Amino acid sequence: MTIVAESIILPERRGSAGRLSDFFWRHPHVLLAALLGPPLLWLGIVYLGSLFALLLQSFFSIDDFSGLINYEFTLATYRQLLSETNLDIIIRTVTMATVVTLVSALIAFPIAYYAARYARGKWKVLFYLGVMLPLWSSYLVKIYAWKLILAKEGIFTWFFEKLNLLWLLDAWLVLPVVGGNSLSVSYTGTFIVFVYVWMPFMILPIQAALERVPLNLIEASSDLGGTPAQTFRYVLFPLALPGIVAGSIFTFSLTLGDYIIPQIIGSSRLFIGQAVYAQQGTAGNIPLAAAFTVVPIVIMGLYLWMAKRMGAFDAL
Amino acid sequence: MRSEKSNRAPLSLKIAAAAGLAFMHLPILLIFLYAFTTEEKSYQFPPPGLTTQWFGVAWDRPDVWAALALSVKVASIATATAVVLGTLCAAAVSQTRFFGRETISLLVILPIALPGIITGIALRSAFSMADIPFSFWTIVLGHATFCIVVVYNNAVARFRRISGSLIEASMDLGADGFQTFRYVILPNIGTALLAGGMLAFALSFDEVIVTTFTAGQQSTLPIWMLEELIRPRQRPVTNVVAMIVVVVTFLPILGAYYLTRDGDQIAGVGK
Repeated sequence: MTIVAESIILPERRGSAGRLSDFFWRHPHVLLAALLGPPLLWLGIVYLGSLFALLLQSFFSIDDFSGLINYEFTLATYRQLLSETNLDIIIRTVTMATVVTLVSALIAFPIAYYAARYARGKWKVLFYLGVMLPLWSSYLVKIYAWKLILAKEGIFTWFFEKLNLLWLLDAWLVLPVVGGNSLSVSYTGTFIVFVYVWMPFMILPIQAALERVPLNLIEASSDLGGTPAQTFRYVLFPLALPGIVAGSIFTFSLTLGDYIIPQIIGSSRLFIGQAVYAQQGTAGNIPLAAAFTVVPIVIMGLYLWMAKRMGAFDAL
Repeated sequence: MRSEKSNRAPLSLKIAAAAGLAFMHLPILLIFLYAFTTEEKSYQFPPPGLTTQWFGVAWDRPDVWAALALSVKVASIATATAVVLGTLCAAAVSQTRFFGRETISLLVILPIALPGIITGIALRSAFSMADIPFSFWTIVLGHATFCIVVVYNNAVARFRRISGSLIEASMDLGADGFQTFRYVILPNIGTALLAGGMLAFALSFDEVIVTTFTAGQQSTLPIWMLEELIRPRQRPVTNVVAMIVVVVTFLPILGAYYLTRDGDQIAGVGK
């Protein structure tokens, strides 16, 4: 009897590592704290700490004469945020983000559908890498490539010239809002680059959603007399929607906060990111810059809440 | 008959998918062409001539080398930090159940879910409030923060596939916790960590938005490129550097793909 008991309950381990290991086994909560402590401290202090400090500053104001920050609670900065010029910036940015998201979904859908439904074996791998390499290649290099393409002497103009369509390009450029001196200083240019840079983020979530659509649902729809358009409208699209919404989180959020693309390829009218950058840099108005960052945070908060209700997070 | 027909894609879909892929790749290919152009002053297309002389010119530029060295150093240290923190967090979230688990996943994702400019400006104002001067370490601090999530995602996906019985078997055979980690868990998650680390390196190597806020006078390679984009001075050198950056970032992505391709979750699917 005693022999059995002895061999079931092992003696305590020797050495500090052994003792520590036994201690963790007996106190799993301590182990959990030891695992979670470092990352939580890092993210909590470095990230959340600075984020809250920033948001706090939006409730201060700047003294117009001295240019110093007045550390007293006030809503004056938010009143300033809602002035006409600043509201213009917000509306312009949100409109751009919406259009970029819609067009990205339009371009991404066929790629994702082909990859999910028809690509097999080697082609599947090729599609994966074909989406992932542009997704991960350098952000600045991508913008630079479009600077080359959209320049007056660049490939775009050359291409239109060869097709004898320069008149079309010129006609587009004299249009009021979307036009400009050349494509690289117009909203059209900004829009193309936004779509190019953020569209790859849309493909993989849509593909993930489409891969979960059972093939026999589509066959059932056509067996019941649905035309391809009807099948798409009533079967495929509703099932792909969570994936589209999941992808749109990226395209929308990234367009909302970008300040480099409109600075390099775009007109002189500001987007939210540029306004934040200008306020904290040259203007030195940290409170207004902080108030401006609240706009994308609130919009993204609402967006994420809506996306969650549509089940988009299961598609991520 | 029927199933054979439904296995073939309609022509319109093929064209749309091919056009979409072409749209994604042609601009990057153009970068390769421009690295060889003889034109110095403009972005003229087609290039009047081709030359390899700019590779030599770029090679002799000390500022490019300095920026490259700084980027590699920052990315290495940020990646190492992110691998440690991300793995710890993933182990805690996947191996145990506790109150607030969902919140922790959200907290890890937040630095890349919110626009980079918010992370950047928040860190910058925190540094100035705490009187921390900008240095190499302030850049690393920012990069490590948003790199945690890529390591975390890869590690969590792999942890889910390790069956609990493996760990229990190791314990039953008398291994202590550290031995179990060294001989059972680490060999299982090793490739996922390597893949996550490669992606974190690529993310940090390319980061510009947060860096503009957390770097003082120093310039990483993306900052160097950004300055050239705003005020082009050395177009041919920029062309060459852009091409090299494309090649350098492709390698870790391909590596991460091959390390995790057999799993249910392929690395790099979400940036």
